[in-house]
This record gives sequence, C-alpha cells and structure tokens, in this order.
Amino acid sequence: MSVLDSKVPKGPLKTKWIDYKNHIDLVNPANKRNIDVIVVGTGLAGGSAAATLAELGYNVKTFCYQDSPRRAHSIAAQGGINAAKNYQGDGDSTYRLFYDTVKGGDYRSREANVYRLAEVSANIIDQCVAQGVPFARDYGGLLDNRSFGGVLVSRTFYAKGQTGQQLLLGAYSAMNRQIARGKITPFNRHEMLDVVKVDGKARGIIARDLVTGEIERHSAHAVVIASGGYGNVYFLSTNAMGSNATAAWKIHKKGAFFANPCYTQIHPTCIPRSGDYQSKLTLMSESLRNDGRIWVPKNMDDVMAIREGKKKPTDLSEDERDYYLERRYPAFGNLVPRDVASRAAKERCDAGYGVNATGEAVYLDFASAIQRYGVEQAKIHNISNASADKLYKLGAAIVKEKYGNLFQMYEKIVDQDPYKTPMMIYPAVHYTMGGVWVDYNLMTTVEGLYCIGEANFSDHGANRLGASALMQGLADGYFVLPYTIGDYLSHEIRTGKIATDTPEFDAAEKEVTDKINFFVNNKGSHSVDYYHKKLGNIMWEKCGMSRNAEGLKEAMAEIKALREDFYKNVSVPGTATELNAELEKAGRVADFLELGELFAKDALEREESCGGHFREESVEIGGEQAGEAKRNDVDFAFVSAWEYKGEPSDAVLHKEELEFNEIELKQRSYK
Amino acid sequence: MNLTLKIWRQSNAQDKGKMVDYKVTEISEHMSFLEMMDVLNEQLINKGDEPVAFDHDCREGICGMCSMFINGEAHGPDRGVTTCQLHMRMFKDGDTITIEPFRAKAFPVIKDLVVDRSSFDRIQHAGGYISVNTSGNTQDANGIPISKHAADEAMDAATCIGCGACVASCKNASAMLFVGAKVSQYALLPQGQVEAVDRVKNMVAQMDLEGFGNCTNTGACEVECPKGISLENIARMNREFLSANVKS
Ligand SMILES: Cc1cc2nc3c(=O)[nH]c(=O)nc-3n(C[C@H](O)[C@H](O)[C@H](O)COP(=O)(O)OP(=O)(O)OC[C@H]3O[C@@H](n4cnc5c(N)ncnc54)[C@H](O)[C@@H]3O)c2cc1C
Ligand code: SF4
Ligand code: FES
Repeated sequence: MSVLDSKVPKGPLKTKWIDYKNHIDLVNPANKRNIDVIVVGTGLAGGSAAATLAELGYNVKTFCYQDSPRRAHSIAAQGGINAAKNYQGDGDSTYRLFYDTVKGGDYRSREANVYRLAEVSANIIDQCVAQGVPFARDYGGLLDNRSFGGVLVSRTFYAKGQTGQQLLLGAYSAMNRQIARGKITPFNRHEMLDVVKVDGKARGIIARDLVTGEIERHSAHAVVIASGGYGNVYFLSTNAMGSNATAAWKIHKKGAFFANPCYTQIHPTCIPRSGDYQSKLTLMSESLRNDGRIWVPKNMDDVMAIREGKKKPTDLSEDERDYYLERRYPAFGNLVPRDVASRAAKERCDAGYGVNATGEAVYLDFASAIQRYGVEQAKIHNISNASADKLYKLGAAIVKEKYGNLFQMYEKIVDQDPYKTPMMIYPAVHYTMGGVWVDYNLMTTVEGLYCIGEANFSDHGANRLGASALMQGLADGYFVLPYTIGDYLSHEIRTGKIATDTPEFDAAEKEVTDKINFFVNNKGSHSVDYYHKKLGNIMWEKCGMSRNAEGLKEAMAEIKALREDFYKNVSVPGTATELNAELEKAGRVADFLELGELFAKDALEREESCGGHFREESVEIGGEQAGEAKRNDVDFAFVSAWEYKGEPSDAVLHKEELEFNEIELKQRSYK
Repeated sequence: MNLTLKIWRQSNAQDKGKMVDYKVTEISEHMSFLEMMDVLNEQLINKGDEPVAFDHDCREGICGMCSMFINGEAHGPDRGVTTCQLHMRMFKDGDTITIEPFRAKAFPVIKDLVVDRSSFDRIQHAGGYISVNTSGNTQDANGIPISKHAADEAMDAATCIGCGACVASCKNASAMLFVGAKVSQYALLPQGQVEAVDRVKNMVAQMDLEGFGNCTNTGACEVECPKGISLENIARMNREFLSANVKS
C-alpha cells in the first residue's frame, strides 16, 4: 500500500457520503464521555467542530492564541458563504456548486471531497439560522442572496459585510453552550507548540500559556488542528497579525505531509499599499464586484495626469476608460474568478497603467451602479422627472445598504469618499489553498491527527472561489469531522486516559523549551519583524502571482540563507515567563522561514500555470486563449504531498493522482 | 510628524505601574495608530528595551482586540472606529498623546496596555446562545420567515465586537451595552424566544458577579462604541429583564 491513501469510498459520487455514514463504526454514547479530543483553533472550523464533538458527548479541550474564541480570524470574512439552496430559482443545485468549485479550482481538488462539501452546504445555512445568525432577509422575510466571482447563480448568503463575524459568533455561541455544560474546556491565550505522538498516534500537545509562559502538557485520544492559513508567510497579507503556520508546520515535522504549499490565493480587491511602514493589507469584499466596474485609463497621458493630481478619475469619459475585464472576458466581465481578476489587474499595472503613486492600483467604480439603482428606485417609488441629484441619492442609498460598512472602512483608511470617487484596489495575498494533507476522513498521515478548515489542503484546488472557505470550515466542523473522527475513536474506547508523564511528552516538552530558551538568550541585533519583512519580500517577488524556475531557485537559496542569519542574529527582548509578543512572533517566523522554502520548492516542481499561479514558462501561445495561463493535465493533475526530512529542500514528494470521473477537464474559459 | 507618547507601563498584574514618556519621529499621517506603535516598538527593540505590550490581531476593526485608551477616550479621538482603524491624520505634529489600558475592576491589567476581558466570555457562557443541537437536523432556514426589519435590527445588535470600550468609557464601568446587545440579538429573533427568560436573568446575574458597575444612563458607552451599538439595546434588555422577573 502506498503511504498516500485518500480513503475515498467506493461507489457512485452521489452516494459516497451517505453510504460511508451508513457503514462507519459508531461510539456508544456512554463511552464518549471517556474519550478526550483536543481542538487547536477556534475559528469557524475549530469552533464548530468543538461544539459538535462536545454535543456528541466527547470531552473537548480547545486552544486559541487570542483572548477569546470569538476573535479567531474567521471574524474578518466579509462577503458571504455559499450554499446550494436554489432559493432564487436560478438553477442552482448540489451538482452545480460541485462543478463550479472543481472548475474554479482549476481541476486540482479531490472530486469526492468537493461533492460532499456541496452536499452538506445547504444544511449549514439551516444550522446557522437555528443558532440565531442574522443573515440578510428580503422584504418577505426570506433569506437573501448575492453572487460572487466565477459563478452564474446567486448562492451566497450574507450578513451585511460581516458574514464571517456572524458565523463565528454562531459557532462561538454553540461553544459557549458546551462550555456552560462543562463539555468544552477552553484554553484561550494558549499556543500549541508541538504535537505528541505515542506509538505513531497523536496523543496530545505541548502548549504555552501566553500570559504566564508556562509550558503545559495536554493529552487526548485524538488531536484536531484547525489553525487557519499561512498567508502571513508573505508578511503583508489580508490575514490577522497573529495568523501563523506553527501548528500545521509542527505537525508536518512530526510526520503529517504538507500538500500544495505553493497554492496561495491573491485576492483582487484589496486596498493598495501606501508605504513601507504598512503592517497589513485590508481586503474589500469581492461582493463589491457585483456592482463595481473595474477600469484603468486608456491613455498613458491620463494615467500620468491622474498620478500627478492634475486630473481626477471622474474627469475621464466612458470612452477614455479601459474596462479591461469586460473587454477581455465578456461572459463574466467584472465577475471573473479571483485569479483571473488579480492577474488582469497586475498585467495592466505592469504595463504602466496603475493609477496611484506606486503604480499599483486600478479603479473600482460605483458610478454606474448608483445611476442604475437610482433609476430603478425612482420607478419603484413612482418618482417621475427625478433630478440627477435625486437619482444619485436614491441610488447611493441602495449601495449604502449593500456595502455601507465596506465603504466606511475604505474611507477611514484612504481618506476618500468612494460614493463620489472610484475606489482604488490592488491584489493582495489572501487565502492559502495548500495546507496539511488529509484523506477523505480529514485525517493527516499521522493516525489520530486531523486537520480541518483553511489549515488543510482539501477542496479548493489551485484557486478558491469566493464564499467557499467559510462553507468548507463549517462543513468540516459541523458535519464531516464529527462523523469521520467517530470511526477512529470507536477503536479507542478501551484505551483509557492518556498519561502525560511519559517519555514522549518529556521529549516534546524539552524540544519546545529549548527553542524558547534559545530565543530569549540569543542577544542578536535584528528584530523578528526585520526577518519577517525580508522573507515576505522574497516570497512576493519570487513566489508571487507569477513565477519562473530561475526565481524560485534563487528564492530557495535566499530563504535558507535568511533562516541561517535569523538563528545567528535575531533578538528577542523580555523573558520566557511572561506575556511576550516578540517571543511568540519569533517562533512563528522561525516556522515561516522553513515553510517558505518548501513553498518555493513546490512551486518549482509544478511546471504549469494553474489557478492564480502563473508559471512564466507555461503560457498559451495562440488561439482565443493566447496569453492566458496554461495548465498541464497530463503531467500535473496531482496533489503534491511533501514528507519532512530535515531541511525543507530535502523534503520528499508524494503524488496523489487526481481522478476526474464526473467532470471533464476543460480549458477554464471565462470569455 | 514628531510626537511625544505618554504610555502606561506595568509589567504584570501585581506591579504598580507608571506613565513613561517616549518620543517618536517621522510618523506618516497615513499610518494607523497601531502602525505608529509598531514604529515605537521597533525603536525600543533596537535599543534593547522591552516593547510596549498591546493587544491586536485583525487590524481591520472587527476582532475587537485592540483596546487602548487614548487621550482619555476608548479607541481615541475618531468616532466609530477601533484603535487599529484610527489614523495618524487625526493628530498634529508635536502632539503629546496619552495611552492607557482599558481600566475597569472587571478588566484586570495583564501587562502594559493588555487587559483581561475574560469576564465578557463568562457572561456569554451564562446564556449567550440558543440551545440548538449542532446535529444538522435543523429545519429549513426559510421555514420561519423573519421580517427584514427584525433581521436588520438583530444584525445591528450582533455587530458588537466585544471590545469593552463601553465598559472603559463608563464612569461606573458598566457592561450594559455589551450585554444589552447580546440579549437584544436573540430577543429580536424567533429562534431566541424559547429560553429568553432564563437568558436575560442568567446573563445579568453573571454580569453583576463579575464586578461590572450599574448603568446610570450617562450614554458615554454609546458615544465610544466603535460599532454604533445604540442605547436602545440597554432599554430592550431592561424590558426583557423586568418581564422575565414578572414571568417567573
Ligand atoms: C479579510 C478576509 C475576508 C474573507 N472573506 C471571506 C468570505 O467572504 N467568504 C469566505 O468563504 N471566506 C472568506 N475568507 C476566508 C475565511 O475567512 C478563512 O479561510 C476561514 O475563516 C478560516 O477559518 P479557520 O477556522 O480555518 O481558521 P481561523 O478562523 O483563522 O482560525 C484559526 C484559529 O487557530 C488558532 N490558532 C492558530 N495557531 C494556533 C496555535 N499554534 N495554537 C493555538 N491556537 C492557534 C487561532 O487562535 C484561531 O482560533 C476571508 C478571509 C480574510 C482574511
Ligand atoms: S457594545 Fe460597542 S463598545 Fe461595547 S463591547 Fe460591543 S462593540 Fe465594544
Ligand atoms: S486589531 Fe482587530 S479590531 Fe483592532
């Protein structure tokens, strides 16, 4: 048997999950109270998983580095969550959501997982509504929807521009109920620093209490990692400052394969960078593309005049503007998927048409939407001969209703009113499709060690469509893991409590303590951020939206050298026995410095353009698709799963060949 | 810009703590307040001093971590924003800025500007949820229509980010705006009705137990709330609380 067994059940795609659930082993309710599960991370994935596992009767311990589970980074998701409900009667179905997701991911995801995701998606909305999540409603009291990039139906449920917040608060409230019942013990301001394996099985973790610095041992019959994505390997990203790869990387070092590390989503609608001091990038929800039109000036003279402040974007007439997405992709226009929109923006800016001082911005314009809604509202309210000003007001009110908080956020940051002048946007690192390799059960290559949510690699392929990460997180946590983990735990009912005073725990704790002591004693000359910024720069320049073999080889060497310098010269003030943000960062950046190199190695291996990853050597030469990314299904229709062997450059590649029985692999065209 | 910062330094909960002056230079007006703090910390680290501890994470106004009391106001002089959304264009060259933690008995200081807000979590454990099983056997989400008005109002209440600015800006350190927002969200939805009576009683009891003060209707909380949570939520909680006591 190969080491990589995806454990996808036999039988037709449409009944795999049902059949699977009918045949797995169950744990007797009375035995569940004797079984402990650790969940690292309390975002949508971890929070929903913890609540559900506790509901089932297991004893759950949760860990998060923030002061409350409610602050996990899922809170920041703005746009919405997909579900195949077909409430709008526009032709949506489980199959169509499945199809869009596989196609959107550029055929690099596992069919069976994606189908299951589409299948359970509708139920997520039911669950959340029952928990009191205040989704947007229409005037009849029914749920409202909007659409997102890359699809032709309206299947995205939302709660203003704060969908992630509301869904997370829903999961958090479900957790609270279990905390009150004593079924979940929360460990907030705690960071998991290693996993403990006993006889090949995950049996616990080593965590640091971030307030006291105390190193703790926690045992369990199974460990679930739900620690989110690793986009911060780029330093600048839309992720929260604390988002990190540590949990995922530490389990990788203990035997969990790391899959597709080079697949990162660059999101097209972020607020452009304004200076070197910048600490993070802010996302503007992609839902804005439903109504906003994207353009740059047609003529270079206008670009220059705008940059010098001699002209305003509103001075340019329609025919002086290049609505490049509408021009290049007439079928989808401004609603092409993220990778297509991002690359197109970069292409225009690289060609010199960027509209801000750094030349890294395009316009997202709401003028015509305001106009269109104004006319519609005038009709609805029977206002004839409305003045231009009145039409503007009526239209702006609708836009405000839909995107008000996003517009406010933009205005606060940029100090410009987006109702009056077009927004400026530019692509930024956002979501990581790569992550810990898991089988159909969401188990990693280490027995009893699971990985869910953004931290795993599954479901999204080389590119994630909008509003599908929230869906995956909650599907994993509420509906998939609780079944699949039961199958494993049914064999654990005779194990009894796992002791923590064993050589395995001793060794793992020592490793963690040594590393911490090294940092606080290494009186170097550079701050942690100094290294993080340098790493981010290498990643963006050489492992960003477009890559080539030469650059990737350089990146590998540069990251290795930077890592060596980090261990010689990093400086971490303060001690190990107190709240010490620099120490926390040092551990995280140390892991990013290894992950970054594997990232480049994976990108080097993948000699095809795929999703948002433009491999300069692989481009369509002629025909309708000339200049577009060229995928290579003959040689690269696989998941790369890397096995740790010491130095990241020595990692060993395992390939999970992807089978597409249901969907024909086609050129992804949005023309 | 060049600025003088007066910052509260306190190494742990037991330490007495004191204000310390710092100078920062070359601050761009486009920086966020936290980016300005990053500049200060980088400067301190390079000198071998301990950086100022402060809580932050999302840096886009939604996680509710970045609690700072700036020039006598929670989250500083701008309205409707968190500290991470506060921009340096709100200040002038040469300004002196005072920065303190969110002070309240129920929010003990952990270090410098970092406080312990776990009392908020415990209030939530006491009833901030709807008791529905997470089994996936719930009825269709459109089974109970909810008027747009009720959904929107519930959403407005649910927007609370749990930052604690309401507590910090209240002279009584009352948590009524926070708890009112939570109670309101569920009170406005049909799903929340079943245990409405217990919810409000338990949450209010826990709030008192945590040592938060009482509301005397000064309204400072509403003014400083970054999410515009309205006093109406306190009124609704009071009504819910009264009727809960009548019912039982
Ligand atoms: C700005 C923004 C907007 C987005 N908008 C959308 C959207 O509209 N629709 C959509 O579908 N998706 C969206 N996404 C993506 C989506 O929000 C995330 O992919 C998803 O929420 C990740 O959830 P998670 O549960 O996997 O991880 P997270 O929510 O990131 O949770 C990670 C958890 O792990 C904990 N943790 C991490 N490391 C450790 C450790 N070592 N020890 C202990 N705890 C640890 C953290 O404390 C946290 O609790 C958006 C993302 C961003 C950044
Ligand atoms: S009510 Fe406002 S100020 Fe109080 S915790 Fe909520 S968001 Fe913060
Ligand atoms: S850092 Fe999240 S609200 Fe300010």
